[in-house]
Amino acid sequence: MNSLSDFVLVSAVLFGIGIYGLVTKRNALRLLFAVEIMINAANLNFVAFGQYMPPPAGSQAALGQTFVLFSIALAAAEAAVILAIVVVAYRLHHDVDVSELDTLEG
Amino acid sequence: MADAIFIAMAVVTVGGAIFALEAKEIVYGAIGLAGSLFGIAALFFLLDAPYVAVFQITVYIGAIAVLILFTVMLVRQENWAKELPTRSLSKLAGILTGIAIAVAFAFAVSSTNLAGDTVIQNVAGFQQIGQLISTGYSPVLEVLALVLGAAVIGALTLSRVDREEEKQ
Repeated sequence: MNSLSDFVLVSAVLFGIGIYGLVTKRNALRLLFAVEIMINAANLNFVAFGQYMPPPAGSQAALGQTFVLFSIALAAAEAAVILAIVVVAYRLHHDVDVSELDTLEG
Repeated sequence: MADAIFIAMAVVTVGGAIFALEAKEIVYGAIGLAGSLFGIAALFFLLDAPYVAVFQITVYIGAIAVLILFTVMLVRQENWAKELPTRSLSKLAGILTGIAIAVAFAFAVSSTNLAGDTVIQNVAGFQQIGQLISTGYSPVLEVLALVLGAAVIGALTLSRVDREEEKQ
C-alpha cells in the first residue's frame, strides 16, 4: 500500500529540483520548466493530503481536488503569458538569456 | 511499502523533471517536462482522483506542453542550441539549495506519523467536485474565467507584430 508520506516525499524531491532549476538556469524557458515543476509538486501535495486526511468538520471531501483544478487553470494562464513574453524578448534581443535582458535596469 | 507502479511513476516524474532541466537541447527538455507531467497524472490516478488526472493530461500535456514546444521551435536558431554554460559556483549553490530543501522536507515528513496513513479516506467523485465548483466556489470559477480571458488577451497583445514597425 502507498502511504501519504510516499507522495509527500516525491513532492518534496520535485520541489527541490524546481528550486535548483530556478537558482542555476538563465534560459527563460528553463525557468518556466522549473516553475511548472514546482507548481506540480504543490498540486501533488494538495491531492495527496485531500485524499488521505479525513475532511475537517463542515467541509467537503472533494476540496483538495477542486483546488487543484483551479491551480491547473491558473498555471495554464501563467504559462501563456510567460511564453508570450519569451517570444517578445526573443524578437527584441534575439536571445532569451535572462541575465542579458536588462533594458529596464536603472 | 509502496507499490511497484507507484515507484515506477515516481521515477518517471523525478527523472523527467531532471531531464527537463538538464537536457542539452531544449526541445528534448520540453519533452522531458511532458513526461514528468504525465507521471504526476499517473500519481493522481493512484490517489483515486481520476478527474484531476484527466484534467492534468488535457490541460498540461495537451495545451501547455504543446504550447512550449511551439514556442521553442518558433524561436529556435543556431545560437539557441549553444546555451551558455552555467557558472560552476552557481551550479553548486543551486544543487546544494535544492538538496537542502528536499532533505529538510523529508525530515519534516519522517518526523510525523504520515506513513501510517495508508487508506484513502475520501472517495470524492465527479459529483462532489461539480457541486463544489457550481455552488460554494462558483465565484472562484468566474474570477478564474476572467483571469484566463485577461491572460489570453494580454498574451495576444504582447506578441502582436506591429506592421508599421516592421516596415522600417
